Order: sequence, then structure tokens, then C-alpha cells
Amino acid sequence: MSASVFIVQSGLAEKTRKSRLPGILDVLQSVTGLFLALFMWGHMCFVASILLGKTAMWTVTRMFEGYFFFGKSYYGLVSLVVAFVALVFFVHALLAVRKFPGNYRQWRAVRAHAKAMRHGDSTLWIWQVYTGFLLFFLASAHLYQMMIWPQDIGPYASADRIWSDGLWPFYLVMLLAIELHACIGLYRLAIKWDLLPVSLAFLKRLKWGLTVFFLALGLATLGAYMKIGYEHRFQYGERYTPKTLPDWLLRFSPTDDFPNIILPQPTLTEESP
Amino acid sequence: MKNRQITFQILRYNPQDVASKPRLQSYTLEKDSGMTLFIALNEIREQQDPTLQFDFVCRAGICGSCAMMVNGRPRLACRTLISDLPKTIVLTPLPFFELIGDLSVNTGKWMRGMSRHLEAWLHSREESPDLGRIEEKMEPEVAEAVYEMDRCIECGCCIAACGTAQMRQDFVGAVGLGKIARFRLDPRDIRADDDFYELIGDDNGVFGCMSLLACHDVCPKYLPLKTQIAFLRRKMAKIAIRQE
Repeated sequence: MSASVFIVQSGLAEKTRKSRLPGILDVLQSVTGLFLALFMWGHMCFVASILLGKTAMWTVTRMFEGYFFFGKSYYGLVSLVVAFVALVFFVHALLAVRKFPGNYRQWRAVRAHAKAMRHGDSTLWIWQVYTGFLLFFLASAHLYQMMIWPQDIGPYASADRIWSDGLWPFYLVMLLAIELHACIGLYRLAIKWDLLPVSLAFLKRLKWGLTVFFLALGLATLGAYMKIGYEHRFQYGERYTPKTLPDWLLRFSPTDDFPNIILPQPTLTEESP
Repeated sequence: MKNRQITFQILRYNPQDVASKPRLQSYTLEKDSGMTLFIALNEIREQQDPTLQFDFVCRAGICGSCAMMVNGRPRLACRTLISDLPKTIVLTPLPFFELIGDLSVNTGKWMRGMSRHLEAWLHSREESPDLGRIEEKMEPEVAEAVYEMDRCIECGCCIAACGTAQMRQDFVGAVGLGKIARFRLDPRDIRADDDFYELIGDDNGVFGCMSLLACHDVCPKYLPLKTQIAFLRRKMAKIAIRQE
């Protein structure tokens, strides 16, 4: 066993060369947070493709399954991406929890402080703690579900999950938690490292603007899935297949295998009379 | 100008008296809008309650002694106009620091300990410099930058406003990090970033700061704390990554 173990056990760690780990963990917390927030924004945009129509969402889903590159869907690709995101999420959660109030005394002190101070940024941090705590459970459950059942992503599959499986309250709470947490987190990241050549006032406006935009986009998207799910409730389990695809997309589509992929449509280039 | 009646709710507590319990005591005062909180407190003490404890020295925002929580936020009493406050004013002592009594806290004790811990003094090349000799020349912009950080009056407002400090008593706060930023700028100080990492490279130092910005927002001297702490964080993170 190394000597450092016994030095630390003796309570003399402060008398030796300071560990570089706190600095590395601080950077890692920021990097993982940045990755997750940007991933979440991208994810939100892809999921919101349902607002452009079922075929648009189907196309996005198939693209990530590799359908337009390999000629068939490989659901494992989605699982791999989700597994990586889950890994980053767990690292971020582990690092971020160090900053949480660790006992009742700390919690009472920081809450009373934020209340009495009526200071916006201190209050926002309390919200980050609340939303971060919620995401421990909500994001973990969502990531697990997507990793194990990647084939259940699609216009009807997702809508059925949200409406008929009764998961819309879960998604509503997760949407609010994740949008607030990510927007506040990115804002704090910009302050923490001070690398953007913009004023603090601009950062604050940008933070609220992005929060409102992504919340509105998320709520509209959730509403769209709920509507589709409600209309599709009697065909629960059926998967969406587009009647036709735009010409530009057909050029990327594996036309030889098309009947295997788009089951109900023998041909895609001709419109039915 | 029209006079108005102000109600003060002042925290009273004597830690030396075992029978004393923290409570808010009310005082009312008729004051003009041009009066400062410092003047109002003196009137209360002179005319209503000579037992009221609070600190002041310079009355001009230079000594930092009269810092207190005004309606939940740290401010200097001598620099706070009553006309800027609502009709009911709640005054409490700065949290975090040792309470002497009522609004009086011992910021000096903590500041001295922090300065010792962070070695917040010039580390010169010479062990015993000749104090009679003319100092080495310094570029005006460097001198300006050093002076800018040296304007800190150690009033404790940044610590009292800091959410991290309320949770973690060992956190050195913006005042401590500001001192490191000041000596890091000073070309006469021989310490390199490696040396500064040994002082602030942990969660009690720069990596403990959660960028809540309260220190920056309440600093009565308007020091650029946000920029300085972020700068130190980048430098210390670089040391950590390069030398692991």
C-alpha cells in the first residue's frame, strides 16, 4: 500500500502536495454538464420533428437506427448512444452531488439565505438542486427504457408510450426539470469559466430566452405526441410506416429492401389512386 | 423634503449571556431621506437604546466595519441611504462570522485566519529587502490592475452573500480568492501558479465557488470578482490537468 494512504489516514493530507483531482473533477463536471445540455437540446429538436409530421419523425428515427446508411435498422446503435449518454449522466450526477447541501444544517442555511437575500442567481441554484435531484430518478428511468427498448421509438410507438402507457405525466415533469436544469447550468457554466465575450446582462437574457424557447418547444412536442397517442389508442402497438417518402429521401433509401422495412407499402414511388 | 417614519427591526442577541435568545426588536425613527443607515443607528443608540451594539469607524465606506444584513442583503450602513429602503428595515448581523453582539461581528478574526492560510502577503525574492531603497518600476497598467484588487476593504459582504460559505465554513470566499488574484498579478511576488494551486486548488478554494454571483452583486467596492474568480479557476484548472 502506498505511503499516501497512511499519510491521509493520519489526517496530514493538507501537509503534502495538494492533489490535482479537485481541479480535474471541476473541469469534468463542467464538460459532462456541457455535453449533456447540448445533447439534450439536440435531442429536443429531433423529438420535436413530430411537429413537422409523422413521416419527419419516422425519418429522424430511422436515420439514427442507420436505416439510410446500412439498408436496415440496427437498434443497437441507439442503445449504444444511450449507454454512452447514461455513462456521462452518471459521472455528471456523481460530481454534481458533491455541491448539494450534505445535511440539514447546510440545507436550512442555504435555503434561508436564498430566501432572505432574494438574489436571483442564488435562487436559481436552489432550483438546480431541486431539478437535479428529480433527474437522478427521471433521467435514469428514461435512459434505461430507451437503452433496453430502442425499437419502441417512432411516431406511433412513442405516442402510445406517452398516452396509452400513461407516461405523459412522467415526461411533463422530466421536461420541466431538464429544460430548467440545462439552461441554468449552461448559464452558470458561462459565468464559471468566463470564456464568452458577452456581457452578464446578455447572458441573463439569453438564458431566459432559451429556457422559454425549449420549454415551449417541449410542451408543444409533448402535446403533439399526446394527441397522436389519443387518436391511435385503439391501434395500440401498431407501428407507423409512411405511405410515401420525398424524392430526395428515396435516393438514400434501400429500395431493394423496402418491403421488408416499410411493411404495408409494396411500392413507395407511386401514390395510391 | 417630506419626513417619514421608519420602522427598524433589529436583531438583538448577546452570545455572552446564556439567558439571551435571538429576537427582533422594533424601533421607530423620523428621518429625512438624506440620512444614512449609519446615522439612523447612532440616533437609535443615543436616544432610544444605549445597549444596541454595532460597529463603525470611518463612516465613509473605507474601513468596512459597518457591514450588516439590510433586509436580508449585506451592505455597508454608512453607504446606505434610508431613502433607498422600504419603510420597514430589518437589520441582522453578517452571518458566517463570529457574533460579538446584536449587529457587531468579528470579521477581523476570520480575515486574519484566512490571510494566514492563503499566505496573503508579498513573497519577495529577497528575504530581508532594503526598505530604504526605491522600489522596482512597474508598468502603469499592471500597477492599476494590482490596485484595483487591493481596493478590497475586507468588509465581509461577499462572504455573507455567498451561498457556498453558508454551507461550508472552510470556504475562503471571494475575499480570499481576490487576495490571491492580487498577489498573482504583482510582478514582485515570486510565486507561480503551482504555488497558488497549493493554496486554493481545492473545494475550499477556487473549485468550491459555485458561481452564484452574490459576491459580485453586493461588493460595496464594485470589485470585478466574477472575472477574477473565473480567471483563477482557468489557471488552476490548467495546473491540475497538466500536472496530474
